[in-house]
Amino acid sequence: MRFMFIVTSAHTAAPTPELMEAMHKLANREIKAGRMLDSGGLMPLATGAQVRIVDGKLSVVDGPFVEAKEVIGGYAIFELPGKEEALASAKEFMQLHKDFMPGWEGTCELRAFAGP
Amino acid sequence: MTVADAHRAILAVWRIEQPRLITSLARMLRDVPLAEELTQEALLAALEQWPTTGVPEKPGAWLMTTARRRALDHLRRRPMLERTHEMLALDMEEQQQAMPDWDAALDDDIGDEMLRLIFTACHPLLSREARAALALRMICGLTTEEIARAFLLPDTTIAQRIVRAKRTLSDSGLAYETPHGGELSERLSSVLEVVYLIFNEGYAAARGQHWLRPQLCDEALRLGRVLISMAPHEPEAYGLLALMELNASRTAARTDAAGDHILLLDQNRALWDQFQIRRGLRALGRACKLGGAGGFYALQAAIIACHARAGTAGETDWSRIAGLYAELAAVMRSPIIELNRAVAVGMAAGPQAGLSIVDRLLHEPALKAYHLLPSVRGDFLHKLGRHEEARVAFEAAAALAGNRREQDLLRRRAAEAADAATSS
Repeated sequence: MRFMFIVTSAHTAAPTPELMEAMHKLANREIKAGRMLDSGGLMPLATGAQVRIVDGKLSVVDGPFVEAKEVIGGYAIFELPGKEEALASAKEFMQLHKDFMPGWEGTCELRAFAGP
Repeated sequence: MTVADAHRAILAVWRIEQPRLITSLARMLRDVPLAEELTQEALLAALEQWPTTGVPEKPGAWLMTTARRRALDHLRRRPMLERTHEMLALDMEEQQQAMPDWDAALDDDIGDEMLRLIFTACHPLLSREARAALALRMICGLTTEEIARAFLLPDTTIAQRIVRAKRTLSDSGLAYETPHGGELSERLSSVLEVVYLIFNEGYAAARGQHWLRPQLCDEALRLGRVLISMAPHEPEAYGLLALMELNASRTAARTDAAGDHILLLDQNRALWDQFQIRRGLRALGRACKLGGAGGFYALQAAIIACHARAGTAGETDWSRIAGLYAELAAVMRSPIIELNRAVAVGMAAGPQAGLSIVDRLLHEPALKAYHLLPSVRGDFLHKLGRHEEARVAFEAAAALAGNRREQDLLRRRAAEAADAATSS
């Protein structure tokens, strides 16, 4: 089963070098183990834009977005046997944040891809 | 959380950690079957303790410590402790104390060890079936019961297969090392063969059967990805990965709602997984770049890639497919490849060209009972307006077809040909 992990947080600070290194090692291990297919970190929301449809009208809104609280910071795509494996993997990833960036709070949401 | 849920959660952690545990212990003990056994003991300890204590914060480190402790105990219990073993045990104790948790889990660069483990599990001394079972158990972390369910075989059969394979490995006194030079490619082909066997076992399964059968495809794909990251200069490893990715990309389109098979040309291409196709094409590109365009797996992948690239069945580049089949036939002489080439030539250059290839295969002993030979022949004859001969061919094909649906389809085609024969 293919899963997408989406990491959201209200923290805007960049990850500590220790966290970066630990995440890099974990990603490396997961790629070599054939489980991680893709991953990426996203630039701050302020540099992005949104294309919206409201009341049947299309509009473009440039960042920053005052109403945004939890912001997507990154994602990863995994191929795993099932949800339990996805949970185990996400827990390991979040534990790194706990260990290497004390005080950080956020969410790793895991979602299975639609389809087979 | 029920006990069953807890066990599923533990097995999930296990699948992530197990290969690293085995390689780590194998490095200490120089004995893969023993290392595997002791890591299984660590799993049992987790299954016993975690449901009450909860899964530890760093489950990987917990399993590693437990497994290494078992290895130490084992070395201590040996009546004739060799000096070297004593040294190893001391080294291990020191390492264990010096090693912080995350280093144990993340720093350990197991690339070479992992490759060694794969080569051991897939040793040509073992039968293909034994290699497949051992690989699924030692590298994919599947339990004996899961492997048995995946292969639709009794637990005892798989358990015996694994025990016997491990005994063969232990008795043979094989060096636990990565092969080099010419031996590497020979041994690699033994590994690729096993991975492809695991993939095909899952791919042959219809949808709706036990989930572990399609799971075999995923495990094979994962092993394929492991191989290219461990052996990044081996074109055939990329070729096999490309072939598996491209074949797997059609999974959702291969069966209808009733679970019946849909032929490639009739499939709804919107259901093909473009993400997976891109991965397959990338792997194929890499195989070619490494000089492996003419490899057994790469050629098959290139054929599937022609289909994957075509937006509709009508856009298929049949002359390229025909050329690739000709190359494949040169790598591996097989009348079935030749028959496939006939189909492609028939699509590219017309039914007469295809028919002349098929007619050369008529006396091929290996195809004597193969229903697709008269079936393909009937199709060409029908297109050429030789309806009465087509009818005879389709009826012969129906008599040889193994399953009911194919028999029905071929009888229908025979009836169509008969109608066309009377009306012409």
